[in-house]
Amino acid sequence: MSRAPRHLREAFTTVLPPVLALAVLLAVWQTVASAGVVGAGILPAPSRIVEQGVDQGDVLLRHTLPTLTATSLGFCLSIAVAFVVAITLDFSRVLHSAVLPLLIIGQTLPLIALAPLVVLWFGFGLLPKVLLVAFVTFFPMVVGLLRGFTSTDPEAEHLLRSMGAGRRRVFTLLRLPSAMPSFFSSLRISITYAVVGAVFAEYAGAVAGLGVYMQSAKNIFRTDLVLAAVTVSSALTLVLYLLVVVVERVALPWLQTERDPVP
Amino acid sequence: MAADGEGPGTVTGLELCNLRKSFTDGPVLDDISLTVGPSEIVSLIGPSGSGKSTILGLLTGSIPVESGRVLFNGESVTGRVRPFAYMPQRDALLPWRRAIDNAAIGLEVAGTPRREARARADELFEPFGLAGTQQRYPRQLSGGMRQRVSLLRAVVQGKPLLLLDEPFGALDAITRDDLQTWLLRIWPLHRWSILLITHDIREAVRLSDRVHVLSARPGRLIGEVRVSRDIPRDERFRTDPRTPRLEARLHEMLRAGHRP
Repeated sequence: MSRAPRHLREAFTTVLPPVLALAVLLAVWQTVASAGVVGAGILPAPSRIVEQGVDQGDVLLRHTLPTLTATSLGFCLSIAVAFVVAITLDFSRVLHSAVLPLLIIGQTLPLIALAPLVVLWFGFGLLPKVLLVAFVTFFPMVVGLLRGFTSTDPEAEHLLRSMGAGRRRVFTLLRLPSAMPSFFSSLRISITYAVVGAVFAEYAGAVAGLGVYMQSAKNIFRTDLVLAAVTVSSALTLVLYLLVVVVERVALPWLQTERDPVP
Repeated sequence: MAADGEGPGTVTGLELCNLRKSFTDGPVLDDISLTVGPSEIVSLIGPSGSGKSTILGLLTGSIPVESGRVLFNGESVTGRVRPFAYMPQRDALLPWRRAIDNAAIGLEVAGTPRREARARADELFEPFGLAGTQQRYPRQLSGGMRQRVSLLRAVVQGKPLLLLDEPFGALDAITRDDLQTWLLRIWPLHRWSILLITHDIREAVRLSDRVHVLSARPGRLIGEVRVSRDIPRDERFRTDPRTPRLEARLHEMLRAGHRP
């Protein structure tokens, strides 16, 4: 009965401090900007960013949709490929030792150099964005899955084997579900890279998208509109992050019981 | 019980013949031979590292047999599906499965449809003192309850022999005592054959018909103590005059086996 209030209280105490910190930051920014210490072209006041952003709302929305599409598709592609790769590597020790170093090397490639290349290879359409998003989010997911597989309780594996379970059965009944908490934490990490990846690809060349919008706003020295687009892309990341958290809560209800031991 | 002169393969139930096992760092088990007959409870007691768990590994098939034989009802035990139900040391309940689905997993693996597996596991929740906990996740169960679900998961598979690996080792003294009492109370209803691994002398004496003592590594069987069924195993067990004598004998054997 005291459950709902307690959850509310918990939510309140987690949300309140960062909201307050943000408010303080914005207040300082607003004061500095309106005092005229720096020009509005260099550092526009938050109020101006919001005002101009709202004014340009329909244009911003038109540029947000391609970014959102690229992000979602890239993320889904990344999840699918990560599962296939991680499961394959889990079943073959040889492949595991052969491929994992390559994945790590792949992670060292600078995004800034890669973005123009994918545009060069795949054009100005949706594909290069999707690929770049998939590329930046893929590695943490594979590592999360692989680490999750190895976190499997060896005693539970012994138990299932004693019941006559073969390797595939052990995998589906034990290793895969064991990996889910680790997979979801890597999902939460990689979703924060996803929007950035899409914006980067658009920066390198696109017809529409938040990256394109930022670039053209920058070219006409509209710092306020650049920052408005930045705000939108941050908001997009936050929403996607929350979505991942919600999916995790629904998909792994047992994980919640850990924090809430008495039923 | 393979008396001298009886060849291997003539025993009903489990028979281990001259099992030896070495790992890369040396021998672990040396010439282990023992039997567990129908409705018999046999304990293996020994110091840590004496190869108790290795014996169970050989039985469940997780460790390949090196030399010697594992027979059940006279036939060699090999392959994936074996006539044993194993209960691991820690409960090894899967945290994402509710109690009922944890209990039913052995049947599921054996190919029983999920609904039927659940129904069969469900029947045992009441007698196992777990009524009403079917839908809980393992984390919502107490240590004693988790151990009962773990035993239920082994029992419901309907295998002829239970392999219990220090089943109550991780529990506090009172809970352990309660579970032993409970196990002794429901045992006559099912009359399971049990091979029990333990390092607790009192537990071994209280639960068993026979207790085998394993020496320090490499483990050899260095003695056997029979516990008459005339000794009451309930509250009177502790005050029975025969109990301390049996415990003292086991204690001496363990001491002797501990010396290199």
